[in-house]
Amino acid sequence: MMSVIVLTLILFIGSYFAGLLGSLTGLGGGFVIIPLLTLVLHVDIHYAIGASLVSVIATSSGSAAAYVKEGITNIRLGMFLEIATTAGAMVGALIAVYIPTNFIAILFGIILITSAIMSLRKKAELINQEKSPLAEKLKLNSSFPTPNGPVNYSVKNVGGGFFMMGFAGIISGLLGIGSGALKVLAMDTIMRIPFKVSTTTSNFMIGVTAAASAVVYLQRGYIDPGLSMPVAIGVLLGALSGSKILVHTNSSGWLRWVFAVVVSFLAVQMIYNGFIGKI
Amino acid sequence: MQAVIGWILRLGVLLSMSVIFIGGVIYLYRHGQVIADYHTFKGVPDFVHNTRGILNGIITFRGRAIIQAGIILLIATPIIRVIFSAIGFILEQDYLYIGITLLVLLIITASMLSGHAG
Repeated sequence: MMSVIVLTLILFIGSYFAGLLGSLTGLGGGFVIIPLLTLVLHVDIHYAIGASLVSVIATSSGSAAAYVKEGITNIRLGMFLEIATTAGAMVGALIAVYIPTNFIAILFGIILITSAIMSLRKKAELINQEKSPLAEKLKLNSSFPTPNGPVNYSVKNVGGGFFMMGFAGIISGLLGIGSGALKVLAMDTIMRIPFKVSTTTSNFMIGVTAAASAVVYLQRGYIDPGLSMPVAIGVLLGALSGSKILVHTNSSGWLRWVFAVVVSFLAVQMIYNGFIGKI
Repeated sequence: MQAVIGWILRLGVLLSMSVIFIGGVIYLYRHGQVIADYHTFKGVPDFVHNTRGILNGIITFRGRAIIQAGIILLIATPIIRVIFSAIGFILEQDYLYIGITLLVLLIITASMLSGHAG
């Protein structure tokens, strides 16, 4: 039992570090917020999902503003794939009510481990020039600015990427996370989009995807103002600090490892507590 | 169009976060010493659950109602961004993307209505 002011302070500090780590590693803050709320502070997982979703919208919109201005984000590609992610998010939020909370905890753990492993993998930058008729029809091929002038790229496997985005949307709606790792996977691995473009475009899409499920959660009473306030402010400030640090340092290799270990530990805890029915 | 989208996102986050912060200060001032209980799911209090309750709460300076208004503003930010994208595509006369953008807005509207029914 703790007072509102103590809980708010703990949440604010915890969320700040969650946002900082999430932005440095590219995994997003939700991955730490939900275990912090449920495992450490014994908050019901529905409230945790609601608060996390709010913080996801804040960080995504905040950082998307900067990226869009730089002209790296592929807005048409983002817009087209948002059909899949928003539809998925709506489905995820609607079925969340019928899924037992311990199953949600286990699923969360599995997605968490998968994302942590994916964040460690080496990124080979390949610029795809192969033309796909569907990508051309949808005007998805574009270019992005580099110090040596704009680089043109083409998009592959539009259908496969679209399908994967639908899945990312369902996970996002179900668990209250941005599922940025799944979105980047769809764009990097399946659609062969350059890394810089896929990260910024994924981030651009996360806000509207989360909003599509947040409108459901808001009406279901999952989004509690007392919890969401310190979480949203903390994660956003943490993410802003993270993006400042990222500009100055390039060697975040060891940090990724530290984060992957922490995240895997949290994931195992979530899965374990899910199995014994404590969540 | 990219400049406008960036500007909307920035303004939306700044505005909603300020509202959330102001509400938070009032909430902590009035309820800081209350014991917090989020262990079991009970939904949210009525005065932050519907539009009338929130509007009433804002007028009477209830911290949580002001926070909730800020959160709704935050959720609306990316949706407003989509609306402005639609306007951008209309100006470019890109009919394919006008359709795609309207479809996204339609899905969000459906989500909004289905949440209400459930």
